[in-house]
Amino acid sequence: MSVSLAMTVNGKPVAADVDARTLLVDFLRNQLSLTGTHVGCDTAQCGACTVHVDGQAVKSCNVLALQVQGASIVTIEGLIAEDGTMHPMQEAFRDCHGLQCGFCTPGMVMSAIDLVNRHPRADEATIRAELEGNLCRCTGYHNIVKAVRQGAAAMGK
Amino acid sequence: MGANDTTGLASVIGQPVLRKEDARFLTGTGQYTDDVSMPRQTHAYFLRSPHAHAAIRAIDVVKAKGLPGVIDIFTGADLTGVNGLPCGWLITGSDGKPMNEPPHPVLAQGKVRYVGDAVALVIAETVDQAKDAAEAIVVEYDVLPAVVNVVDALAPGAPQLHGEAPGNKCYTWALGDRSAVEAAFAKAAHVTSLDIVNNRLVPNAIEPRAALASYNRAEDAYTLYVTSQNPHVERLLMTAFVLGLPEHKVRVIAPDVGGGFGSKIYLYAEETAMVWASKRINRPIKWVAERSESFLTDAHGRDHVTHAELALDKDGKFLALRVQTTANMGAYLSTFASCIPTILYATLLAGQYTTPAIWCEVTAAFTNTAPVDAYRGAGRPEATYVVERIVHQAAVEMGIPQDELRRRNFIRAFPYQTPVALNYDIGNYDQTLDAAMEMADVAGFGARRDESQKLGKLRGLGYASYIEACGLAPSNVAGALGARAGLFEAGEVRVHPTGSVTVFTGSHSHGQGHETTFAQIVAARLGVPVDNVSVVHGDTGRVPFGMGTYGSRSLAVGGTAIVKALDKIVAKGRKIAAHLLEAAETDIEFKDGKFSVAGTDRSKTFAEIALTAYVPHNYPLATLEPGLNETAFYDPTNFTYPAGTHICEVEIDPDTGVVEVAAFTACDDFGTVINPMIVAGQVHGGVAQGLGQALLEHCVYDRDSGQLLTGSMMDYALPRADDLPSFTVDTKVTPCTHNPLGAKGCGEAGAIGAPAAMMNAVMDALAAVGVTHLDMPASPQRVWNAIRQARDPALVGHA
Repeated sequence: MSVSLAMTVNGKPVAADVDARTLLVDFLRNQLSLTGTHVGCDTAQCGACTVHVDGQAVKSCNVLALQVQGASIVTIEGLIAEDGTMHPMQEAFRDCHGLQCGFCTPGMVMSAIDLVNRHPRADEATIRAELEGNLCRCTGYHNIVKAVRQGAAAMGK
Repeated sequence: MGANDTTGLASVIGQPVLRKEDARFLTGTGQYTDDVSMPRQTHAYFLRSPHAHAAIRAIDVVKAKGLPGVIDIFTGADLTGVNGLPCGWLITGSDGKPMNEPPHPVLAQGKVRYVGDAVALVIAETVDQAKDAAEAIVVEYDVLPAVVNVVDALAPGAPQLHGEAPGNKCYTWALGDRSAVEAAFAKAAHVTSLDIVNNRLVPNAIEPRAALASYNRAEDAYTLYVTSQNPHVERLLMTAFVLGLPEHKVRVIAPDVGGGFGSKIYLYAEETAMVWASKRINRPIKWVAERSESFLTDAHGRDHVTHAELALDKDGKFLALRVQTTANMGAYLSTFASCIPTILYATLLAGQYTTPAIWCEVTAAFTNTAPVDAYRGAGRPEATYVVERIVHQAAVEMGIPQDELRRRNFIRAFPYQTPVALNYDIGNYDQTLDAAMEMADVAGFGARRDESQKLGKLRGLGYASYIEACGLAPSNVAGALGARAGLFEAGEVRVHPTGSVTVFTGSHSHGQGHETTFAQIVAARLGVPVDNVSVVHGDTGRVPFGMGTYGSRSLAVGGTAIVKALDKIVAKGRKIAAHLLEAAETDIEFKDGKFSVAGTDRSKTFAEIALTAYVPHNYPLATLEPGLNETAFYDPTNFTYPAGTHICEVEIDPDTGVVEVAAFTACDDFGTVINPMIVAGQVHGGVAQGLGQALLEHCVYDRDSGQLLTGSMMDYALPRADDLPSFTVDTKVTPCTHNPLGAKGCGEAGAIGAPAAMMNAVMDALAAVGVTHLDMPASPQRVWNAIRQARDPALVGHA
């Protein structure tokens, strides 16, 4: 069954007819070619597919595109300014070596921004607890935690 | 750009240069296999065996082929002329006979041998249509009894997997001098015995395996995008051994790859079947594993059962080590499976110690489980786990402090020939132990233990002084040990006319940061900015050749190949400079990006020499070719021997069995460090995987049905941010003596040292309540049961 869909993605209006069972992540990757959002597990465990829906971090592999009808979606691609400047959290991940293979990174950055929005002065324990829904197999989280603290400080300025 | 502006040898080697690859990963512009799409692309889905062991009576695809969107369906019967997947390492058993090597069909031939074994390849316009068609295929199975545990598989009467492997045995192999070991045990003052299990693991790179295979009829050529750590090896095995295609007609591209940890070294059935089918349907075919498929079919790791005995004299000097191990190969031999529990395991049993006599016997067996192969560390974590657990136990039994017993046995004279074939070129084990103890504040541990005790908690400290053999490998040595391939590496340095540089390397980065580290090597040698160097990897169409990335070999072997090519560039540049400066070649010095006549101020910059090479108007054309492009192949003369000491501190709640990793310290000697930021990151990641094994991870198959019980991230516990502490890491340097970089490799150390350090800490903590035995993972249930049984021995066996 095909249904009409309209939403805002990275600040631009988007409309499409999609199969009703289309997942948000597949809509973003396959229809909009926004391949920065990744699929790592299919069971909402790894968080590689995390995007922002109306400002909140959501695992897009467990949401139907139809469920976010009319919403404003931001993906990793949408964090970059017109002139190519990265978001302070993206910069912090680079400065702190908070990524290795890069596959979990977009989801990790989207979760980190949501975390800082809710806990602007989060300590290490809070950051670790809040990142529980995003798996990274490369970094051991050490430098991710460092990056989130640095990114939080930069976002607060 | 700050750190990235540095040039010159002194300023760029050893600097934490920020990674060149990060910008694309951070902005969603990386290109992983699933991000690549082609016109007219179709989608594959693999129908897999739901049984651990069954004979296939019939497969009916007629109805499925008629469903909407279905393009074709292939089963094992269709793959005529396609050979089985090869094993790259021949182990010769103690009986002098080659290992039993049963066929490993691309799609099942008459029988399935593990849950997930591929039965049919379904190709349709969409993934959903392919899945619907797979559901409509009717397979009639005669279900057979299954065996999943390696000890069960070797028992009399066990279900038999392969006619070619009687008793399910792959081989029994031994290393060392058995009679010398027996003699040493006969005169020992003390013998420590240990029975341990090295738990089976699932690698779980966050990017699932994926492939996109296409065929160009006009060119009669194939292109395969695939999640591989070694695209040239993938191509060689697939073309020469399985499909019988000429290599020049097959291009394999491993683009950005989202982690490997060993699991993406191997030639798998899926991409092989897809390359074959892409010609049959004459359209591109894409497949991306679902996570459940990754759990079922990625090669697993570890899965050893070991009995070890250590003989000591009255002063705690090690006299001999005797080890017997059974290793689970899974249902078929994966690409390097056979060498992991032998060549990469038994050879490491000397550890950092002068143990004069060692004998190790390994029996490898087939079971109805996914194939088992290299996973981060590959044999070396298993060896370290045996050595460091038994050293810990011996120290406890003899009442000698842990650090003291290790010191009494450290190797201090190099080179050192071990009794298990390796020749360590250099190391300083006291240095890393001393530094680790200081970093971990071992002196303050007693006070911390007292504090924990006041809160009703148990605190423990554990050591692992590990060694590994990396930089795989001298090809002639590997060949003599059964390798069916060379283990050199290739590098090409292409200097462009304006002096910028592109490097083509046979190593493959799937998180290791080669694009930065290798650029630093080039920048240091040629005196050009890091940002003027690009590194290309992962494409058989662009890179001359490559054996790929595994075994912590990229810098020591791949980096050295680049250095050898740079040597040729500088040598040729010197000839050009001699011509331009009208000086003898022997008088030309090259330093900081300038060719100068010694003792004068006359010089030419590297960029001027490059331009001259490509615009050869004033050039010795009669004796020198134009251009500045050099390739080198480097075959190492020895393994490298990274070593260090890891110290773990745990706190255990005896009421719940919950183990908290309170602190983890690693002091490692990786030889010369090019980029300390990247090296620390590699250690962090390795430690996290090692702690994951010791604390959380355990791949479990049901003993009766052979079903995988831990088949999702909800059932298999991967370490999450809140399971781990921040780590304290540092390096000490004894430069490798046999490669020009002095580099030893750093990728696996964390996964090698951490499991033993953590379990020794757990045993130290639990000693206070009388627990003497515990296998990984130290899950709350296991720890709680061990404490309960230690308090009341009547409960043993009632877990």
